[in-house]
Amino acid sequence: MFDYSKYLRMDKLPHIWCYGCGNGIILKGAVRAIDKMGWDKDSVMAVSGIGCSSRATGYVDFNSLHTLHGRAIPYATGIKMSRPDLNVIVFTGDGDATAIGGNHFIHAARRNIDLTVVLFNNNIYGMTGGQYSPTTPQGYFASTAPYGHIDPSFDIVQLAMGSGATFVARSTVANPREMEKFIHEGLKNKGFSLIEVVSNCHERFGKRNKMKSPYEMIEWIRSRAVSKVKAETMEPEELEGKIITGIFRQETRPEYVEAYDSFVMQKAGGGN
Amino acid sequence: MAGKKEFLIKINLDFCKACGLCYSYCPTKAIGPDHEFRASVKDVAKCIGCLQCENYCPDFAIEIEEKK
Repeated sequence: MFDYSKYLRMDKLPHIWCYGCGNGIILKGAVRAIDKMGWDKDSVMAVSGIGCSSRATGYVDFNSLHTLHGRAIPYATGIKMSRPDLNVIVFTGDGDATAIGGNHFIHAARRNIDLTVVLFNNNIYGMTGGQYSPTTPQGYFASTAPYGHIDPSFDIVQLAMGSGATFVARSTVANPREMEKFIHEGLKNKGFSLIEVVSNCHERFGKRNKMKSPYEMIEWIRSRAVSKVKAETMEPEELEGKIITGIFRQETRPEYVEAYDSFVMQKAGGGN
Repeated sequence: MAGKKEFLIKINLDFCKACGLCYSYCPTKAIGPDHEFRASVKDVAKCIGCLQCENYCPDFAIEIEEKK
C-alpha cells in the first residue's frame, strides 16, 4: 500500500542484508516516516558510518554519504553547519555510535545540533563476524565471548538523555508502526533526536544463543519489550533484561546551528 | 458479504530471501511458504489487509493493494 520505490534506488536491490534482517524493517519504517514529513527528496541528507546498519544509505534515493567507522555524526555535523537547509538523518549502529563513535555521539547530543539519529541496535558486530558490542546483553554468547559475555551493556537511551539530546525514544523491530511513529516525531524535532531501534541479528547473535530463525529472534525481542508506562509500575528486579520502549524525552532547547548563526556569525561579521 | 474489502498480494520473488517473516506473522495464513520457503499466495480471499507481512518484510518483496 506504500510505494517504497519512490524513495529507493531500486537498481541496488535486493539489499546485502541477510534473510530476515531487522535492518530492512527499520529502513522501511524510516522511509515511511520521511514520506510523512512531505520533504523533497533533494532536501534530505542521509549519512552513515560503517557496519550492517550503515549500508542503509546505499539504498535510499536521497543525498547520501557513507563515511568512516564511527564518524557518521561528525560528517553530519559538518553538513548541517554548512547547509542548515538540509534535513540530515544519520543511520548508525550500536557499535558505530556507542563504541568507536561514542565520543562524537555524546557531544552532538550536548550541542543539540539538528540531526535525527536512527540507531540500529542489533546487540552485536554483525558485519565483522559477531564480536560482542557495547550493547550485547550480559550472559549471552558472541564469537569473542565463547563462555558468555560479562560486561554490563550500555543503555543508549540513558546515555543520550545524560548527554542532553532533546528527543530520545526507543522502539523495536517487533513493532514497526511504533518505530515509524517515533522516527516521525524525531524528524519533527528541531534539535538532536535519537531513536534507538532494537533489531535482530539471528545470523551472528541468534545462532550462538539458541535463536536460529528471524521469527524466533523477533519474538524474543517482543517478549522483552515493555512500554514505558508499564515499566513505571514494575519493580527494578522485574525490569532486568527488559527493553523499555517509548518516548523518554521531548523538549525544546536552543538549536546549535541557529545559535551559532545568531551569536558567533553576527559578532564575527560573517554569514551568508 | 456486502462491503467486504478485497486485496491483491504482490510478491516480488527476485527480492524474497525466504526468511519466512511474512507468513509467520500472517494472522489468516493467506500467504505461506512455497517449496523453497519463499512467500507464496495460498488463499487471497483470506487476506484482511492488516499489512503485517508488508511491515515485517525486510526485503521490500511483498506488497498488499486494495482492490478498487
